[in-house]
Amino acid sequence: MMEPTVAVNPWVALAYLVAGVCFILALRGLSSPATSRSGNRFGMIGMLIAVTTTLVTHVPYTGFPRGASCPAGTDCFGISAPDINTMLAIAAAIAIGGAIGFVTARRIQMTAMPQLVAAFHSLVGMAAVLVAIAAFLNPGAFGILGADGNILTVSRIEMSLGAAIGAITFSGSVIAFAKLNGNMSGAPIILPARHVINLGTLAAIVVLTGMFAASAHAEPGGNNLFWIVIALSFAIGFLLIIPIGGADMPVVVSMLNSYSGWAAAAMGFTLHNTAMIITGALVGSSGAILSYIMCRAMNRSFISVIAGGFGAAAVTGGEAKEQRPYKRGSAEDAAFLLKEAENVIIIPGYGMAVAQAQHVLREMADQLKAHGVNVKYAIHPVAGRMPGHMNVLLAEANVPYDEVFELEDINHEFSQCDVAFIIGANDVVNPAAKTDKSSPIYGMPVFDVEKAKTIMFIKRSMSGVGYSGVDNDVFYLDQTMMLLADAKKMVEEINKSLAD
Amino acid sequence: MDFISILSIFVLACFVGYYVVWSVTPALHTPLMSVTNAISSVIVVGALIASAAAGSASSKWFGLVAVALASVNIFGGFAVTARMLAMYKKKERPAPKAPVESQGAK
Repeated sequence: MMEPTVAVNPWVALAYLVAGVCFILALRGLSSPATSRSGNRFGMIGMLIAVTTTLVTHVPYTGFPRGASCPAGTDCFGISAPDINTMLAIAAAIAIGGAIGFVTARRIQMTAMPQLVAAFHSLVGMAAVLVAIAAFLNPGAFGILGADGNILTVSRIEMSLGAAIGAITFSGSVIAFAKLNGNMSGAPIILPARHVINLGTLAAIVVLTGMFAASAHAEPGGNNLFWIVIALSFAIGFLLIIPIGGADMPVVVSMLNSYSGWAAAAMGFTLHNTAMIITGALVGSSGAILSYIMCRAMNRSFISVIAGGFGAAAVTGGEAKEQRPYKRGSAEDAAFLLKEAENVIIIPGYGMAVAQAQHVLREMADQLKAHGVNVKYAIHPVAGRMPGHMNVLLAEANVPYDEVFELEDINHEFSQCDVAFIIGANDVVNPAAKTDKSSPIYGMPVFDVEKAKTIMFIKRSMSGVGYSGVDNDVFYLDQTMMLLADAKKMVEEINKSLAD
Repeated sequence: MDFISILSIFVLACFVGYYVVWSVTPALHTPLMSVTNAISSVIVVGALIASAAAGSASSKWFGLVAVALASVNIFGGFAVTARMLAMYKKKERPAPKAPVESQGAK
């Protein structure tokens, strides 16, 4: 098949390739906190190169679309002049968007990071849909208009894919945002026959895309199948995410991250743009790997997360159980034991962030260190509301990153640990995950806190249970001291006793 | 470029992505997500082409809106990543270490 290739300047292609390499280096930098900041700068440089290259090579002209073949009998060059109004409009769009993004990024609280990322994903998705629509309406500008006046067949598939994935990313992210931000209940919404509806819609999208590609009518903006594909994709994004419960949102956010990448890659195919293809592949793999890591940390299969419904029935039970004996301690007791300890491992969970206790917790660790205690933090992959969230929350409270350890790096140290200090976490220390095959969290990797000499468990009251709704045997162990209070108040009191 | 060359770039980039992302330390997974968010806005390239092209007024408007949306992401994504990364600090070694050792006798 002959493609009417737009004359590509090799320097332009090279510039986009350099931008793509910069994006690879941006991710490479994140292999350690020390190199991460220069990595982020590589990302910015890459984006600057890509945008500048596009602006320079696509100066808006009045007259015929650049790259399109001139209609017979006209002189393309004679009637073209730089289009100042369009340049101003583009500058305004960048300025407005940039200002909104910058201010939001400055103001956002670190606890609200998952919502922000979900919101950003929705924007990428929407941008992909809009670019696909623009390419559909004006294919000449993208060099994908065939000689017969139809959009090229390959490009039709690519743009439908880009639009479909973008639309799914958009509506899915909007739902994820609403659930994470509390605009919508985190409880799964289960439609009857949802699997049939979802699979049917997906099949329809595939079939319609095929029909659009095979259709003889694909003049610019001339085939309504494209619009139906987009509408169905918006619907499926919505339908896919509403049955997924709040506990699974870390997986969903990672998955949507992946989708936004695939959408960008599909548009990169349409535009024959190396920077977009490389970036799309990077982002797509990144989100997929993060989803996998999150699923593994919860011992859930990706399919079961996507199928949804988790967390709907788990809240029952736990009421009728008889009250088992447990030991309750005071802040003074805790302070005394902590001061005498040699090794303390702190296990923070999302409850700590909800209570805003991270700063007082770091003060407590500082006081303990002043008493010669060796303090470490142990982080479970699902400790926050998105991958790595707890690390950011601790970093914000000035906890040095070399005191913070991942599950597999620190789990063997509990046998030499004098105090395991659990604050706002529950399921991630539940031994039922190792022993009780009937437990909903069975198989999930957990901290071996029961090996520690003393366990301190900060919890608001004995009635509430963890996210999964499972009782925790750690509460009733001989070496466990329950500290029943608001996490922040309790740590403040411990700090007061430590200071005396 | 023909389809196969583009596909080759894509497939190789997927492999690069796979290995690069596994080398990211788990402590930086949130910044990873926000920075991938920012770079996936390279879709702005398509939006700029659409906005700059003459020939279809509606296409131009769709392009301009896409430019604005992607710009939110570019500026917001890089700014919030920079803000997070600035918080990751190492233990400051010299100051607290010495007194800790002497007091630590129990």
